[in-house]
Amino acid sequence: MIWLDTILQGVLLGGLYALFAAGLSLVFGIMRLVNLAHGDLIVFGAYMILIVVSVLGLHPFLAALVAAPVMFVFGWVLQKAVLNRTLGDDILPPLLVTFGLSIVLQNGLLEGFSADSQRISMGALETASVSVGPISAGVLPLMTFASAILVIVALNQLFYRTAIGRAFRATSDDPVTASLMGIRPDRVFATATAIAMLVVTIAALYLGTRANFDPNVGPARLIYAFEAVIIGGLGSLWGTLAGGIIIGVAQTLGAAINPEWQILAGHVAFLLVLLIRPRGLFPRGH
Amino acid sequence: MALLETDGLTARYGDFQALFGVDITLNEGETVAIIGANGAGKTTLMRSITGVLRNEARQIRHKDVEIGHLPADTIMKRGIAMVPEGRKLFPSLTVEENLIIGGQHKGGRDLGDRIDSVLSRFTGGPDPMALAAGHDGMGHWTLETIYALFPILRERRMTPGTALSGGQQQMVAIGRALMSNPDVLLCDEISLGLAPVVIRDIYAALPKIRESGASVIVVEQDISQALAVADRVYCMMEGRITLEGRPDAISRDDIHAAYFGDAA
Repeated sequence: MIWLDTILQGVLLGGLYALFAAGLSLVFGIMRLVNLAHGDLIVFGAYMILIVVSVLGLHPFLAALVAAPVMFVFGWVLQKAVLNRTLGDDILPPLLVTFGLSIVLQNGLLEGFSADSQRISMGALETASVSVGPISAGVLPLMTFASAILVIVALNQLFYRTAIGRAFRATSDDPVTASLMGIRPDRVFATATAIAMLVVTIAALYLGTRANFDPNVGPARLIYAFEAVIIGGLGSLWGTLAGGIIIGVAQTLGAAINPEWQILAGHVAFLLVLLIRPRGLFPRGH
Repeated sequence: MALLETDGLTARYGDFQALFGVDITLNEGETVAIIGANGAGKTTLMRSITGVLRNEARQIRHKDVEIGHLPADTIMKRGIAMVPEGRKLFPSLTVEENLIIGGQHKGGRDLGDRIDSVLSRFTGGPDPMALAAGHDGMGHWTLETIYALFPILRERRMTPGTALSGGQQQMVAIGRALMSNPDVLLCDEISLGLAPVVIRDIYAALPKIRESGASVIVVEQDISQALAVADRVYCMMEGRITLEGRPDAISRDDIHAAYFGDAA
């Protein structure tokens, strides 16, 4: 029964990793941009929520609502002013620029908040749990998982049911022909990054409330997110959730066997999936 | 007043100059054909007019406004739509979505245009809303009228655009361009790679397109097809206009010389 419990914790952890990965996947899917600063942007979001909580005294959920529009505008401007200039046939400039952005964010946060680890307090919610028979799960991990599913459903609706989503897919297919349809690709990209920052804010809320964070935890989150996207198959958000769950379960199982094996087990699972299915579990056609 | 005209249009790809002072005119209600061999500069001319290639402002005028420097999306919102060479349907979109997207940004009133319009007062850049103001994109063409024009598309509306046959894809590409109710429709090599019977079906739609009020430029390598539909013909060679005239007023020898040069 302890194993069942461990697997459940892993599945719920996978929801957190899927949240980390969804924004990354969205941006990559639309503009083929691998944002190496994605993890640091999540940490940046967590600090923003922390500031709103401590200055305005709001509950973290309300604080995230306050932070979300700020992050949305930040994402828009970041894409318009910086990242759009890096896009082109060469994949190196976006990698270099987002790597640089990652360093700037980490050191900026270090300057502003020091290397002390922080935590956003949720009060009683942090330890609340529900039990079903012999298995119990934390309310916060359950909410994280539910949020991941909601985010994926919402993004899929946006993609396949709205005019913006059509413009996203068309621009992703062929930006030049999209411009002949009255679409300005750089605006579409800015909108996509702005929406990705909304997802980042949600990820930041759970990053900051579930565990301690400091300015340097971003790159590790990026790797988990990246592995989830790759395992799931590029372009499939449900695949990303599956990828997150595989890594989460591998990590908790590894930790159950030996606490030192937690991170290692996740990476080994990632490599195993790639050995068996090099294009991921649910690769999108064409 | 000419609806669309180019004035000494030059275009280059890096060091390679592709157009050398091209002057063409499209009058209201006209169908003009541009013929010429591969590499004559026909597609470059289309790319310049649609703003995919940027030019000097004064080199292209549409309804007496200089548009040579404008981005493609603003030009489309002014009422110039394009059926691109090779059809270029969006593979991620269904047939119906491909049609819808052709009309969903007409009129130039989306949020990005509003923001850029306000910003243009400070930066002095082009104001996309003012530039699109004369064209609201409303008119004869809707999903329904396009399905009436090409009934087969209604049956295939939920399939991915690129799963259709070449001729059906061309119908989608034409329908997609019509969805913004353009006053200028540019068709680049719409018969390329299609069987003669399919080409006839496609060209059969042209009279209805003209009735709807669009003036048309067709770019063709198929000379007889071009002469059959056009009010006037331009022939291009090596980036220059080498012949202009009414189809009934130019001889086969004229065309031969303009198409291949005197050496041929």
